[in-house]
Amino acid sequence: MSDTSVRDGAASKPKFKFDLAAAGPLLALIFLFILGTVINPEFINQGNVSNIMTRSSFIGIIAVGATFVITAGGIDLSVGSMAAFISGVMIIVMDRLAGSIGVNWWTVIAGCGLSVILGIGAGALNGILTTRGKIEAFIVTLGTMGIYRSLVTYFANGGTLSLGSEIRNVYRPIYYESFFAIPLPVWVFALTAVIGWIVLNRTSFGRHCLAIGSNEAVAKYSAINVDRVKTLTYIIQGLCVSLATIIYVPRLGSASASTGVLWELEAIAAVIIGGTILKGGYGRIGGSVVGAILLTTIGNILNLTDIISNYLNGAVQGVIIVVAVWLQRGNLTGGRRKSTD
Amino acid sequence: MKTILIGLLAATALAGSALAQEKIKIGVSIPAATHGFMGGLNWHAQEAEKRLEKAHPNIDIIIVTADGPADQASDLEDLVSVQKINALVVLPFESEPLTEPVKQVKATGAFITVVDRGLSEPGIEDIYLAGNNTEMGKVSAQYIKSRLKSGDNIVILRGIPTVLDTERFDAFMAEIKDSGIKVLDNKFANWNRDDGFEVMQDFLSRFPDIDGVWAQDDDITLGVVEAVKQAKRDKDMFIVGGAGMKEIIKGVMDGNALVPVDVLYPPALIATAMDITVANFTSNGPVRGRYILGAPLITKENAKSFYFPDSPF
Repeated sequence: MSDTSVRDGAASKPKFKFDLAAAGPLLALIFLFILGTVINPEFINQGNVSNIMTRSSFIGIIAVGATFVITAGGIDLSVGSMAAFISGVMIIVMDRLAGSIGVNWWTVIAGCGLSVILGIGAGALNGILTTRGKIEAFIVTLGTMGIYRSLVTYFANGGTLSLGSEIRNVYRPIYYESFFAIPLPVWVFALTAVIGWIVLNRTSFGRHCLAIGSNEAVAKYSAINVDRVKTLTYIIQGLCVSLATIIYVPRLGSASASTGVLWELEAIAAVIIGGTILKGGYGRIGGSVVGAILLTTIGNILNLTDIISNYLNGAVQGVIIVVAVWLQRGNLTGGRRKSTD
Repeated sequence: MKTILIGLLAATALAGSALAQEKIKIGVSIPAATHGFMGGLNWHAQEAEKRLEKAHPNIDIIIVTADGPADQASDLEDLVSVQKINALVVLPFESEPLTEPVKQVKATGAFITVVDRGLSEPGIEDIYLAGNNTEMGKVSAQYIKSRLKSGDNIVILRGIPTVLDTERFDAFMAEIKDSGIKVLDNKFANWNRDDGFEVMQDFLSRFPDIDGVWAQDDDITLGVVEAVKQAKRDKDMFIVGGAGMKEIIKGVMDGNALVPVDVLYPPALIATAMDITVANFTSNGPVRGRYILGAPLITKENAKSFYFPDSPF
């Protein structure tokens, strides 16, 4: 959807040749949809497609944030643990509030508000440690990844935090209900993507992200407040994680040490499949959206068939990820695209 | 005067060390609480420590938790060199990498109890105690056979590809084989609620007629329950989990039709192992040997005795 507009947006720079290469991940996704339908006609029915879209919204929303971080030359490994941590705190607080202010929407709104505050705070922490603290983003976020993961294990006493069933019934519709036949999480995903696209492609902040990602020193000399922009990318990432958490918690109403495991790698994979360059300097929100849906679709197709041994699921996913990026790098047309300058 | 004082001091010091030596130190090495089952196991280990130290003042129990096989090997070295343990209760992370470290502990003369995962070399341990994976698969299949008839369809959600999972699965398949019940497919759900939810959603879109689900694990079960409710097919089928999670046991007690039973694979088995190890020092009966716990079917009638509301699992 926003994929074509991204192409238009960047078309002003003639340096980039946009042809099949930019549409690579979308082609891979269309191919997967055809493959899925051939393997099992149930694949294309509305229920299943709706399942895929709803499921991919967690990683998708996080991937929108990750697109900013990666475009500006950073990386955030803490998102999965952060999601688990925020879910855990939300559940504890909502359970407490349900006891004091009662089982109603206010409790849920308070929980969601807290989630946003925690997300922004956690993002700011990553950002400030990276910029002011002058520590590599990889190390900072590896550190916070461990911290959040242990904290949720500690809160849960090694077990699982569960939302009380009464308050869950109030909160449940956020994940399970639909608006115009489209599940609410998908709406949140779509809105996040559209806003993300506008911010990255139509604001000076977005251009600053690109500039810092391509050459931080030059950006600094061009009077861009590099530290501020970079910190903001982590805050956007934190905010996206909190949005993902808000729609994740009502799904199963629980958080444990195994919540959000490897989400960081899935989000980064979605971003790279979508055409953003891991080194920074070039980012595509639409691509990240397609990347996230693609990753979920692979898992779904594997569940719909028993042709492939269960033990080989990881291998199939690996092959499809590499092929999707191969297509996206323009190998399909044989043209060579210089990705960063 | 001075000499007397020194003599007295020396005497008290000697008496003190003699008392310390009389205290029997038992090291307990288990994996850290990184998921539900291990959380429960850690909780039960701590409960057993409190109870046993209270009952036997001369017993000192030291629990250490590890994040991986290498970490656990270091823990064992510390238990020997720093704590000078008289006995070790160990739930090895993995069999092969821990066989040698446990052997080293044995060489110091300590009494060895191995829990759940056996070592790759026989004859090291004095006691082996484990849950029964084969029995678990078999009991689950027997229950499903009792509820369904030939021609009915079930799906299976498995754990993580491991020996333990394969044992459960093979035993289940052997038991269900001649019943005429059709196993539509099996997929790994990694002993995880989220994966249980997603795999079950896909099973539901793929198969219009499912009469039963073997989810094999209570965490997976909770995910499956949500998926089934979402598809509004909770009247069409029932789910059999396993382990003994308090939420599930509570449901069984309350007569939940969707998850009517559970099959026990108790995290409390660590407490049993600690009890028997302590008995080696306190009881006049022999304790050495192999203990395989049962995997009973938990039903509404007996659920109460398996319910631990304070446990995190």
